[in-house]
Amino acid sequence: MISLTHYLIVSALIFSVGLVGVLRRRNLLMLFFATEVMLNAVNIAFAAISHYYNDLTGQMFAFFVIAIAASEVAVGLGILIVLYKKHGSLDLDDLASMKG
Amino acid sequence: MYEVVAFYLFSALTIGLFLVTVMSKNVLYAMTSLAAGMVLISGFFFILGADFLGVVQLIVYVGAVMALYSFAMMFFDATRDIKEKNTNPGLVFLLGGLSALVLVLMFAAPIHSDAVQALYPMHEGVGNAQDVGIVLFTKYLIPFEVAAVMLLVAMIAGIILAGKKMDQSLTEDTSADDEILTPKDAK
Repeated sequence: MISLTHYLIVSALIFSVGLVGVLRRRNLLMLFFATEVMLNAVNIAFAAISHYYNDLTGQMFAFFVIAIAASEVAVGLGILIVLYKKHGSLDLDDLASMKG
Repeated sequence: MYEVVAFYLFSALTIGLFLVTVMSKNVLYAMTSLAAGMVLISGFFFILGADFLGVVQLIVYVGAVMALYSFAMMFFDATRDIKEKNTNPGLVFLLGGLSALVLVLMFAAPIHSDAVQALYPMHEGVGNAQDVGIVLFTKYLIPFEVAAVMLLVAMIAGIILAGKKMDQSLTEDTSADDEILTPKDAK
C-alpha cells in the first residue's frame, strides 16, 4: 500500500528537480518554470499530509500556494516583458549591470 | 491495487516530464512538458481524495498559468534554442552539496508524528468540496479575502507592466525593434 512516506519522497524528488533547474538555468523564463515545479512539489506534500492525517489544513495551504503562484506569474511575466523590451534578451548574464 | 499502479505511473511520468522542463533547451518543449506534468499532479490530488484541489489545479495551473505563459511566449522568440553559458562547476558542486546536506538533515530529524492532531478534521459522509467550503469560509475567511486583494493587485500590475507600447511588435519587425531598444523620443 502507498503510505505517506512514498508521497513525501516523490515530493522531495520533484522539489530537487526544481532546485536543480533554479541552480543551473541562466534564462529568466526557464527560471520561472523551475519555480513552478518547486511550488507543485510542495502542493503534493500538503495534499498527502492532509489525506493521511485526515486534516483539511493542508489543502487550505495548497489553495493559498496556488493563489500566490498565479499572482507571481502575472507580475513576473509583466516584468519579463519590460526587461525584454529594454535589453532584448532574458539571459541573467546580460542583465547583470553591476560589476562585482 | 489501482492506487498503487496510478501512484507509480504518475510519479515516474511527472518526474520525467519535469526533468524535460528543467533540462530542455527549447522553450516550447519546456512549457509543454510543464503543462503535462501539472495535469499529472492533479491526478495525485484525485488519488488523495482532494477533489476540489485537483479541479483548482487543473483550472488555475493548466488553464490560466500555462495560457499566460503561452501568451508571453508571443513576445519572446520561442523557436530559437536558448544558449546558456554554464556556470563554473565549483560553485555548482558547493551549492549542490549544501542542498543535499540540508535535505539529509531534514530527513534525519526526528518526526513527532504521533503528536500531530487534526486541527480541522474531515467529516464523514460530507463531500470534499463542501468540507473545503465550510473551512475556507469560516476559519480561513480573512486569508481568503487577502488573497483576493493580492490577485487584484497582481492583475493590475501585470496589465500596467505589459501594456506599455503594446502597439509595437517586438520580434516581427526589426525597425520597430531598433526603435524600442534605442528609444529616440526618450525624455
